[in-house]
Amino acid sequence: MKALFNYIKEVLGGFYTLLQGLGVTGKYLFTPWNYVTQSYPENREKLQMFERFRGEVIMPHNENNEHKCTGCGLCELACPNGSIEIISKSILTEDGKKKRIIDKHIYHLGMCTLCNLCVRACPSDAIIMGQKYEHAVYNRSNLTKVLNKPGSKIMEGIKE
Amino acid sequence: MAEYREIIFNSDKIQTDDYFVNIGPQHPSTHGALRIVAKLEGEIVQSIDPVIGYIHSGIEKMCESLSYPQLIHLTDRMDYLSAHMNNEAVCLCIENALQVEVPERVKYIRTIMDELTRIASHQLWWCATGMDMGAMTTFFYGLRDREPILDIFEETCGARMTFNYNVPGGLMFDIHPNFQKRVKDFIRYFRKKLPEYDTLLSGNVIFKERTKGLGVLSKEEAIAWGVTGPSGRASGYSCDVRKLHPYSAYPYVKFEEKLATDGDTFWRYQLRIEEMWESMKIIEQLIDNIPEGDFAVKMKGVIKLPEGEFYQRVESARGEFGVFIVSDGKKNPYRLKFRSPGFSNLFVLNELVKGVKIADLVAIMATLDLVIPDIDR
Ligand code: SF4
Ligand code: SF4
Repeated sequence: MKALFNYIKEVLGGFYTLLQGLGVTGKYLFTPWNYVTQSYPENREKLQMFERFRGEVIMPHNENNEHKCTGCGLCELACPNGSIEIISKSILTEDGKKKRIIDKHIYHLGMCTLCNLCVRACPSDAIIMGQKYEHAVYNRSNLTKVLNKPGSKIMEGIKE
Repeated sequence: MAEYREIIFNSDKIQTDDYFVNIGPQHPSTHGALRIVAKLEGEIVQSIDPVIGYIHSGIEKMCESLSYPQLIHLTDRMDYLSAHMNNEAVCLCIENALQVEVPERVKYIRTIMDELTRIASHQLWWCATGMDMGAMTTFFYGLRDREPILDIFEETCGARMTFNYNVPGGLMFDIHPNFQKRVKDFIRYFRKKLPEYDTLLSGNVIFKERTKGLGVLSKEEAIAWGVTGPSGRASGYSCDVRKLHPYSAYPYVKFEEKLATDGDTFWRYQLRIEEMWESMKIIEQLIDNIPEGDFAVKMKGVIKLPEGEFYQRVESARGEFGVFIVSDGKKNPYRLKFRSPGFSNLFVLNELVKGVKIADLVAIMATLDLVIPDIDR
């Protein structure tokens, strides 16, 4: 008799645990303010990344198309996988001296692991991490970018 | 594996009721590109043979050509669910070799980050375990609770999984001003949500019946195979590196090393749930007492380790993670070896699955908590 009683108790107890689980899911089903899913491409406008979010390496330019990069190449050295290539050129300054400046700051987004080491290495804070998070392109070559804009020059007062 | 090949080539040895099933490499319940060759008799598993290496990326070899600060970011990509502990292990190893003392603030922040990572990892493991056993609900509930932690990481470290937040000598940035508030909010939130996990899965009669007494690992076997982490502790093997060889801020906090004696699938499950409670306790003890100070000490531009061999172990979410650096005094290591917990935990699987049904093989594998890049690296 006792065995039978225990058996029935176990079966009912088992059902009870199942109902408890269903209770939890049921609670969330009928309380829409607890929904956590977002409809992603639709909420693009509102989606804000955190300020430290590492999306890609960018080089900010001011309104006169000037940047802070001196072409020193430290970021190229710091990068663990060769995502950055610095091509520099030499020019003659007004007082007749030769000077090396940046020609092209080439950045391969496709190879970059977003490790932030280049940004840390840069002595003049010329490059920072951008917030863009959608990087899909139709052609792999579009992932190679030149960070300094055409015709841009170095800002006044950046020491080398 | 040898047996498997032999049978293929000597066809007279094939017995009609033995057959081999390939689980993986592309199978959702192997949690990555892992192939398991299971020898079955009917539905009963006789033995299994794990075949690894599908996503081997040569990280150890790659490290030999990188400088010390550069190679840290590769360890994110091994056990991506305990990325922070892996980073920390390399940094601690370098700091010990150079005999650099990091500020107290760094120790506290590193420990808090470790425990947050552990909670996040166990949450994802809980999602996947439930799903492996056919409970789709758990997947969404676990991911829902993991989201606040990833937000904390994203705000402070700038990334959600591959943080690269530790640098030799400290941290890459200071914590974000919102950090403490967010962590406290999360603890308050998760203390309410964790009992739901018990209601949904641990208390569920079907789950209990399926897991109790299944895949029993004895303490002797656990030690012999080097099974560490919650999987080893479920068998009563006290192997918590945080207790045995305390590092960072672990000496300052009070917490229990949870142990069980049964060593079955259910207890491997249960211990991870209990570890989440312990992790929350550790974070609560530290979060209000983060000392003021620098977030990194100034290191030389080029870091060169003295000649010699250095080893550092930490407790990752899956067990003991070790870094062994052999240095010849140059700016990159001569040889670097990682002791990853997943590798040892995988190879005990053959001992556990003899005589179980094939559906239970998946349940046992789930509670070993395998992360495949950690095994292949
Ligand atoms: S973020 Fe890292 S991988 Fe990317 S360019 Fe900078 S240093 Fe190289
Ligand atoms: S981005 Fe910075 S580190 Fe790189 S070349 Fe320019 S100034 Fe030097």
